[in-house]
Amino acid sequence: MKGRAAAVAAVALLALAGCAGPAASSSDTATGSSSAESSGSGKLTGTVTVFAAASLTDVFTALGDQLMADNPDLEVRFNFAGSSALATQLTQGAPADVFASADEAQMAKEKDAGLAVDPTVFAQNSLMLAVPPGNPARIAPPQAAGIPGLADLVPADLTLAVCAPEVPCGAAAAKVLDSAGLNGAPDTYEDDVRAVLTKVELGEVDAGLVYVSDVHAAGDKVLAFAFRESSLAVNRYPLSVLTDAPNPAAARAFVDLVLSDAGQQVLRHAGFQEP
Amino acid sequence: MSLSARVLVRRGSLALDVEMDVADGEVLAVLGPNGAGKSTLLRVLAGLLPADGGRVTVDGHPWDDVRTRTHLPAHRRSQGVVFQDALLFPHLTVGENVAFGLRTRGMRKAARVEAAAGWLARVGLAGLADQRPGQLSGGQAQRAALARALVGDPALLLLDEPLSALDARTRLTVRAELRRHLAEFAGSTVLVTHDPVDAMALADRVVVVENGRVVQAGTPAEVNRRPRTDYVARLVGLSLLPGTGTGRIVRLDSGGEVAVAEEAAGRVFAAVRPESVALYLARPDGSPRNVWPATLVGATPHGATVRCELAGEVPLVADVTATAFAELGLVPGAPVWATVKASEVAVYAR
Amino acid sequence: MTRPREGTGIPTPLLVPAGLGIAFLVLPVVGLLVRAPWSDLAPQLTAPGVGDALRLSLLSATVATLLSLLMGVPLAWVLARSRIRGRSVLRALVTVPLVLPPVVGGVALFLVLGRQGLLGRWLFEQFDITIPFTTTAVVIAETFVAMPFLVISVEGALRAADARFEDVAATLGADRWTTFRRVTLPLVAPGVAAGAVLCWARALGEFGATITFAGNFPGTTQTMPLAVYLALQRDPEAALVLSLVLLAVSLATLLLLRDRWLGRSGAPVA
Repeated sequence: MKGRAAAVAAVALLALAGCAGPAASSSDTATGSSSAESSGSGKLTGTVTVFAAASLTDVFTALGDQLMADNPDLEVRFNFAGSSALATQLTQGAPADVFASADEAQMAKEKDAGLAVDPTVFAQNSLMLAVPPGNPARIAPPQAAGIPGLADLVPADLTLAVCAPEVPCGAAAAKVLDSAGLNGAPDTYEDDVRAVLTKVELGEVDAGLVYVSDVHAAGDKVLAFAFRESSLAVNRYPLSVLTDAPNPAAARAFVDLVLSDAGQQVLRHAGFQEP
Repeated sequence: MSLSARVLVRRGSLALDVEMDVADGEVLAVLGPNGAGKSTLLRVLAGLLPADGGRVTVDGHPWDDVRTRTHLPAHRRSQGVVFQDALLFPHLTVGENVAFGLRTRGMRKAARVEAAAGWLARVGLAGLADQRPGQLSGGQAQRAALARALVGDPALLLLDEPLSALDARTRLTVRAELRRHLAEFAGSTVLVTHDPVDAMALADRVVVVENGRVVQAGTPAEVNRRPRTDYVARLVGLSLLPGTGTGRIVRLDSGGEVAVAEEAAGRVFAAVRPESVALYLARPDGSPRNVWPATLVGATPHGATVRCELAGEVPLVADVTATAFAELGLVPGAPVWATVKASEVAVYAR
Repeated sequence: MTRPREGTGIPTPLLVPAGLGIAFLVLPVVGLLVRAPWSDLAPQLTAPGVGDALRLSLLSATVATLLSLLMGVPLAWVLARSRIRGRSVLRALVTVPLVLPPVVGGVALFLVLGRQGLLGRWLFEQFDITIPFTTTAVVIAETFVAMPFLVISVEGALRAADARFEDVAATLGADRWTTFRRVTLPLVAPGVAAGAVLCWARALGEFGATITFAGNFPGTTQTMPLAVYLALQRDPEAALVLSLVLLAVSLATLLLLRDRWLGRSGAPVA
């Protein structure tokens, strides 16, 4: 009976991830591995609190639902926000079991503070150039084969939104812009990647640099172009059970679920890459 | 006739219908209890409230005519208004207050400062032009308000209870000054008040308004001597006894008879002044024509006299000296005899 | 005024909660002051962009306040004095920016004034004018969020003011406009000043609508609150210093103004 509930949950979350095609075959693996790893203990109880980067909202919510389905006495709670805001909250003593950051710098802060040990990188994300559905600036890759450079896509008078250098997506954006010789191109430095996406969706900017996962989440509200320099700035997502975790067993189970084949499958469907 | 008006206003329970004519240089007092519609009337004359019917004509110019939909807005009327609380603009100096109307009419600064100073001197406030209104006493503020109303030489002066916010002593002096200024004023004046002393002291003519209607009109002396309603009688301190005259006897509507000195016929008022009434503990000897048993129901000290309210066949008010009051040992509820000489009773047709 | 005074004259049931209120409002600021890395002050202040952000903040908050005065005072008059229908609905609409999350306000501004917005599209197509991501957009966002504070304050002052003064002015030959300028406005000047100060302070601290509608670009649209927020992502101590600078400048401005401008508020009413 437990097995069937897990299977239903896995199918549901894969549907959530927006990919119906390979669902049948992958859901089998997902069920198998999740039963083996996370439900092994079977009787997790209490509450487990996960602090996670905002870009993980959809994926982690789905994984949390699955863990709760496997362990009816367990409640998984999330605090989704910018990684640096989360890092500050944790340093100030916020009670949490798991921290998943969108970049290694923020995790390093927790490690230095002795709050996190042995973080594991569980996903990667890279940038794409997102444009509004109408593509008002008529951005088009050149005819030549292969992935275009960012400079080939971005004309001089484009209205471009990127993340501010203070936040992880902005650090990545700065790196690719620098490499493409486009340091002066941005018209606004947004406080997080969702703000960039919003402005692209509203058509108020011609283009924005956002994560592949954001493009997936936005569905048909944006178009996106890959570009060569994105490989220079790959964000690595580490996660760790926190040393002061009130519920270490459940924390461990959540981390294991993320690292499991099923968890990785869900991340992949959401646009994250394997580490 | 400089002001000629008929004003109809219906507002809630008030149905105002008043007609008046005021000549140049004349002062008309509108006397009435609170809620009679006096202030409403004044606001219509000032153009601050639209009338539901009637007309207002000043110096032959129509200010309001409901039938022809004429309405001259307040700011285009040649008028000065003094309100109960002086209402000097608190953000301006006294001088600027007085000059306000000259400024809105575009007078140059030097000229209006001079005119304001002149008027301040006329109302006894010379040298106070630079004070703030908050630094003035109540009487000074009301004088400044008068200067502000008169400085533009208006055709119509409207006074809304101009003295009632002042204390008794100040009222006395300001009233005397106001009388002098009104005598010098060339236009028409309408004074709204509930104080008969104001009306008597300041007005050439009085109209008494009750419940939105004129109930009596005449010179102050006439109204004072021959009130026609209980309200006016009480104001002027008379006992008003309506009845029917036959020879030298008036049979009162409330029962009882009053002997009078002159022949009277038909429906009349008999009016008795409080100081004409004498009180006794026992029926007095001799033969005064008017002797009535009564009960003392109220007594109010009034300076050296005590005003006694009497109930009985003939309801009266009597003034007795404080000494007499004490000697008689009067207490409320005490039975007394009241006498009045026939010659002291005024009789006039209803 | 003639009431006898005992001690501070504050009844105990008021004293305790009032003291708690002060502590509640002031202690966080004390926390800022205590934790501030004072030794870093000089380098933080001279860091590139801080001067720009401060200048931009003061400029845009001041322009937003002037705009609010220009539109807000007449609006308050309409709400307080006119007899138009649907006044209560109008009042509720005016206060919407108070309850709207500012970020949503920013999006709403996009929908009207953005390049794809109702009005913005026309401006863009006819005149090639785009508002978002300009200093104009900062001013608009701040005005949108801050003006209700002014309107409510002035409306309250107008309701409290004695309307009979306006009658007096009319009988002295002043038409409605003259009355408004020479009587009504001076009478409610303290309320207008208080409202303008509230409005300015709110505009100065505005974050959500600004970063949404105007974006964040150093020198053009990056105001102090935006700089503070982004500094918080990288270096919380730098953010502390920047907030203190903002705090100090706004306090100094308000204290300076109080003597010159709010001092007259005590004019007694005769």
